[in-house]
Amino acid sequence: MASKVIHALYTDDDVLMHAVKKVKEAKHHIEEVYCPFPVHGLDKAMGLAPTRIAITAFIYGCIGLAVATTMMNFIMIEDWPQDIGGKPSFSYLENMPAFVPIMFELTVFFAAHLMVITFYMRSKLWPFKEAENPDKRTTDDHFLMEIEIHNNEDELWQLLAETGAVEINISEK
Amino acid sequence: MYTISNRLKIASIILMVLGAIGIGIGFGSSPSTAEEAKEMIASHGEGHGDAHAENVTEHHGVAESHHGNAEAHGDSEAHHDSSHDEHLLHQLQNRPWAAVYVAAFFFFMIALGVLAFNAIQRAAQAGWSPLLFRVMEGITSYLVPGGIIMFVLLACSVAHLNHLFVWMDPEVVAHDELIQGKSGFLNGTFFLIRAVIFLAGWIFYREYSRKLSLAQDEASDDSNFLKNFRASAAFLVFYLVTESMMSWDWIMSVDPHWFSTLFGWYIFASMFVSGITVIAMVTIYLKSKGLLQDVNDSHIHDLAKFMFGISIFWTYLWFSQFMLIWYSNIPEEVTYYVTRIADFKLPFFGMIVMNFLFPVLLLINSDYKRLNWFVIMAGVVILGGHYLDIFNAIMPSTVGDQWFIGIPEIGSVLFFAGIFIFWIFRALSKAPLQPKRNPFIEESKHFHY
Repeated sequence: MASKVIHALYTDDDVLMHAVKKVKEAKHHIEEVYCPFPVHGLDKAMGLAPTRIAITAFIYGCIGLAVATTMMNFIMIEDWPQDIGGKPSFSYLENMPAFVPIMFELTVFFAAHLMVITFYMRSKLWPFKEAENPDKRTTDDHFLMEIEIHNNEDELWQLLAETGAVEINISEK
Repeated sequence: MYTISNRLKIASIILMVLGAIGIGIGFGSSPSTAEEAKEMIASHGEGHGDAHAENVTEHHGVAESHHGNAEAHGDSEAHHDSSHDEHLLHQLQNRPWAAVYVAAFFFFMIALGVLAFNAIQRAAQAGWSPLLFRVMEGITSYLVPGGIIMFVLLACSVAHLNHLFVWMDPEVVAHDELIQGKSGFLNGTFFLIRAVIFLAGWIFYREYSRKLSLAQDEASDDSNFLKNFRASAAFLVFYLVTESMMSWDWIMSVDPHWFSTLFGWYIFASMFVSGITVIAMVTIYLKSKGLLQDVNDSHIHDLAKFMFGISIFWTYLWFSQFMLIWYSNIPEEVTYYVTRIADFKLPFFGMIVMNFLFPVLLLINSDYKRLNWFVIMAGVVILGGHYLDIFNAIMPSTVGDQWFIGIPEIGSVLFFAGIFIFWIFRALSKAPLQPKRNPFIEESKHFHY
């Protein structure tokens, strides 16, 4: 399906923020905004849902803690409870202080790494992935707002021109 | 301007009166002779006493038949009994003193923790906190009465009115080479001189910083602000050294045979987190009264983040101290934890739950940190946990297994809570709650996370 999109380019993040608000007010759906750096408050202005990555990290941390506990309980207490330097290997609790550093590190390890991997997967980032920027200048000093056109080309053009866009292009997608 | 409400005034006076009655009952019911002490324990728990007595007779019987020398054995038993009773008497006599001491130190350390937080905010030129400076200054005003009370209590100990510090007893020192070796540091005169230096330094910085803070409101330039900045940076250096030594003197020395290198930090973490918690609670209270209009949820969020972070920091230090000693298990160090785990199981491990698990699970969520009632609830648990922390530090070496959280302990907490509330809200009513000319005040008003 060939659909047309309109690209409005800006050179200032303040102008971009106002433009986003104006476009939202006019009830147009913003497909995407490309920025060279994080613009504070842009997600709120666009009405994006808050991220749930912190929740996933918490769950991953719990998994890491469970892995550490199960592993050391099996190895040190159940499988071969040796007397190593007089440490009490009768139950997990009795020898727990010695396990805490590992429990802590594995919790952090799982939480951090799995969260990063989750981030890569959800944002579809991997090596050799083809870059998706519609205009190379958006990695340097330009901001780009992309809106899909539904037979309202002129109206959109008009609106975007009023928001202070330095350049407006229409392209097939 | 804030004016202390009548209800708060009456509430704090009721707390003081109730507390004073509790303290009075504590002192009134402490035994004055060894016989009385024995009786108290016997009547305390009949079942326990009986079982104990039976055990003793059984043991006695076995020993008798073994040695066949009843007379000599009886002698040694009597001797053992009397020294045991003497020990018991001291523990029971210590209880009301220790209860007052723990509560007095707990509230004093809150004020001191806030003072450190205040100095850090000023030295770091934090942009979010200037709105809270008056709240902090109000809380640190308790340093003066709290410091005087602490000093009087320490002086009472030096004057042999109680047995809180065993190294102050010349008879004990005469038979204890370990304490003799430390008497260059641990002697009454030097102890009090140090206390004076610590208290004078802290109170001086508090008064000076407060004066500059108020002067800055009326000034036409920022010279007072700059002076305060320098004073705060200098104070932090002084504070780090004196706080460490204070924790050796006032807390670690109740157990003069034991030492730990990170003890000063550990006590610092405890006072810092309690101080921040009290800042959050007082701020939320004043905000709920419609004062502190410019304080928003982001300020509360920041304070809650500090409560969360420093709770974890406290746990880190607690665990580092515990685990190193547990792991190496050197007899001269490990007795500290052996007595605590044997006699203080519930407060000792309960404290970890209150100071670590609870804040970590409740305050980890960013939305919850913005809910005022949630922060208050977490704050109450954190404060309770850190009271227990000081309780666990002082009680095992002063009252031993005779501890209980009863009338003397609760009374002391109520009494000092009354003074604390009365004094800090009185100080809060003495100046406008919002600094006027602080260079960061605009940033603080628009602070948003």
